[in-house]
Amino acid sequence: MTVRVQAEDFDIGAEVRGLTAGRTDVGAVVTFTGTVRADASANRITSMTLEHYPGMTEAELARVEGEAQRRWPLLASLIVHRVGRLAPGDNIVLVVTASAHREAAFAAAEFLMDYLKTRAPFWKKESRADGSQTWVETRDSDEDAARRWQPPSR
Amino acid sequence: MSVKLLYFAWVREKTGKAEEHVDVPASVGTVAELMTWLKGRGPEYAEAFARAEVIRAAVDRVHVQPTTRIAGAREVAFFPPVTGG
Repeated sequence: MTVRVQAEDFDIGAEVRGLTAGRTDVGAVVTFTGTVRADASANRITSMTLEHYPGMTEAELARVEGEAQRRWPLLASLIVHRVGRLAPGDNIVLVVTASAHREAAFAAAEFLMDYLKTRAPFWKKESRADGSQTWVETRDSDEDAARRWQPPSR
Repeated sequence: MSVKLLYFAWVREKTGKAEEHVDVPASVGTVAELMTWLKGRGPEYAEAFARAEVIRAAVDRVHVQPTTRIAGAREVAFFPPVTGG
């Protein structure tokens, strides 16, 4: 069970291999990768800068991961989140879950992303072609997505 | 009470600083009262905390509510709703 915050890109294949190497009890591995999305507007996004709260970010991600472990029989999990300046198409976040069976791995991966998006202290600032910069605002749909996991399933 | 304050994202930009140490008067008991007190420290704080209802807070690196008491806190952070992932 690992969480990492880093400026560097991540290699999804290497991360999965690192998580499952030498194990024979894993029957299901689910990965989710979030990437920087360009949009269709004429004033296009040229980059995204991610800021975070060092110390709290790692603690909060570990709390979210701990909650997932309490809810599902996970054999391994990993959260990697990038910070700093990213361009459209770049990786932002990686979630990997491993379990004996797919149900737990799928559900836990979705839960981790939903909780991470509403709890982990990251903030995104978009830079656009005209030179303007704006802080990304929270979407209600993210709050709704996190809320559906409450109350705790057990 | 002496406490370390941290500001992130547009709260940081509006206050013009990422962190500072302040002496908070004993009359300030909660996170919401701390924001109200900060508003009185200058125009940049008044601007940063003008929409206090949308600002989130953490005490010693744990999310808290406006009603949370700050007694004993070492570190209080103020920031907009998070937008990671």
